Amino acid sequence: MFEFAFFGMYAAVLIGAAIGVIASRNPVHSAMFLVLAFVTSAVLWILLEAEFLGITLVLVYVGAVMVLFLFVVMMLDINPDTLSSGMARYAPVGIIVAIVAVAQIWSVLWLRNQEGWAATSKKLASPDYSNTKELGAVLYTEYVYPFELAAFVLLLAIIAAIVLTMRRRPGLKMQDVSKQVSVRREDRVRLVKMDAEKD
Amino acid sequence: MLSLAHYLALSGVLFAIAMAGIFINRKNMILLLMCIELLLLAVNFNFIAFSRFSGDIGGQVFVFFILTVAAAEAAIGLAILVVLFRTKASINVDDMNAMKG
Repeated sequence: MFEFAFFGMYAAVLIGAAIGVIASRNPVHSAMFLVLAFVTSAVLWILLEAEFLGITLVLVYVGAVMVLFLFVVMMLDINPDTLSSGMARYAPVGIIVAIVAVAQIWSVLWLRNQEGWAATSKKLASPDYSNTKELGAVLYTEYVYPFELAAFVLLLAIIAAIVLTMRRRPGLKMQDVSKQVSVRREDRVRLVKMDAEKD
Repeated sequence: MLSLAHYLALSGVLFAIAMAGIFINRKNMILLLMCIELLLLAVNFNFIAFSRFSGDIGGQVFVFFILTVAAAEAAIGLAILVVLFRTKASINVDDMNAMKG
């Protein structure tokens, strides 16, 4: 019963935060609402006994990705009025599509629920159960190649972000390492033969 | 008692709100990226709920990988956004017509 009350409370906060994200005029407010949505989702994931992922969501998303978003929002000088001018025009279409999508998803869920598919309620895990240990046991054995690929994806993201945003200004004095390494003695040193000076 | 259907219904609502957000904020590229993050969050909700109620840890491993890819996507997307703002001084999607698509 308590679990249900908690779920209802956090679900309401999550829906409210999501609506705040899409309806705010100021992008900074949207980012803040998104932080609230992520934290609430983390709580709900912990309610689902996915403790490791709940903490990861807070660390990675609230701690890193949303800070990145806020940096970009504050760095760019944008005028919210010109960007939200078409809001009223597109709002009816968006709301209709959302309502249709929710109706479709809920109708399928209702149908399956009638067949008793989702009615199974799981028992709670024992107190000495470790979600992190369980996840690590499969992550480093069964899913080790996807895990290494994920590391490669992150490396790719680092390189791509640096390459994209690196600015080459004209007239900037910087070293070109490949030119420095490939230089030969003949290019730099000139031997001059001259007679000895006589007084 | 809480069942799988409760969580799936919640994630469905979240997904629909984020989808409506893409329609409503179709000019502001930062908000489009935020809506994509919300969509991925809704999908992750499904994975974790199914993982919990079917007793299979594999769903949580998938969420782990989705989080990785989503973080990389956000980083690259924001880098592209910064470069676009530098060249066009705008993040309005309507101004991005250089390729005449």
